[in-house]
Amino acid sequence: MDWQGQKVVEQLMQILLVISGVVAVVVGYATESFRTMMLIYAGGVVLATLVTVPNWPFYNRHPLEWLDPSEAEKHPKPQVVAKKRFSKK
Amino acid sequence: MHSFGYRANALLTFSVTALAFICAIASFSDKFSNQNPSAEIQILNINRLKKQSYGNDEVSLTLDISADLQSLFTWNTKQVFAFVAAEYESPMNSLNQVSLWDVIIPDKEHAKFRIQTSNKYRFIDQGHNLRGKEFNLTLHWHVMPKTGKMLADKIVMPGYSLPDAYK
Repeated sequence: MDWQGQKVVEQLMQILLVISGVVAVVVGYATESFRTMMLIYAGGVVLATLVTVPNWPFYNRHPLEWLDPSEAEKHPKPQVVAKKRFSKK
Repeated sequence: MHSFGYRANALLTFSVTALAFICAIASFSDKFSNQNPSAEIQILNINRLKKQSYGNDEVSLTLDISADLQSLFTWNTKQVFAFVAAEYESPMNSLNQVSLWDVIIPDKEHAKFRIQTSNKYRFIDQGHNLRGKEFNLTLHWHVMPKTGKMLADKIVMPGYSLPDAYK
């Protein structure tokens, strides 16, 4: 999963869970059924799991572009120059 | 969010936290319910008032208990435990509470009832103070929610008394 996908996944997970929680409370209170609330929330958790946990392809649409090896050789890494230590005064 | 396990863990933690919030909201919603339970108890008969062989008084009663506890039930109520206690004072104890009868009410339909019964549990004094004793009959109830704090309350009905002599 690429960086963009990870960000989307985190937001999607939180939004899905919060929305299913809110819907669960509202519908459960309206129907006076605790069981309904729990079932709706459980359904929401399952949905969020299916959408965000597996590594779906649409989370990999912005892959990192690594530098081509032949290109890398043309730009050598800077060398570390050993500096003289300051002498004691 | 870089691996399966990381995402699964994040989802699990967040969903359990959200579940805790949901249950807190459900428990809080109980505050908005109007509760007006009512009850009435009559003593149909005092069957026996005797002194036990080792000195304590015991009385056996037949009670007519009618109650309407339907308004205690909300969507967040699992069951209501109700019991009738006789309360009186004696020279030894400033307050005696003796449980005479109890019931577990699982749902709203069973919460309005009338029952005639002898006392389920024995009414035995610590001592021999029951002759002519005036006592209260109190209906206590505990509302046990599906999530949240248990609530206990009662209706006190004063003015009952026992006969002056053993019978």
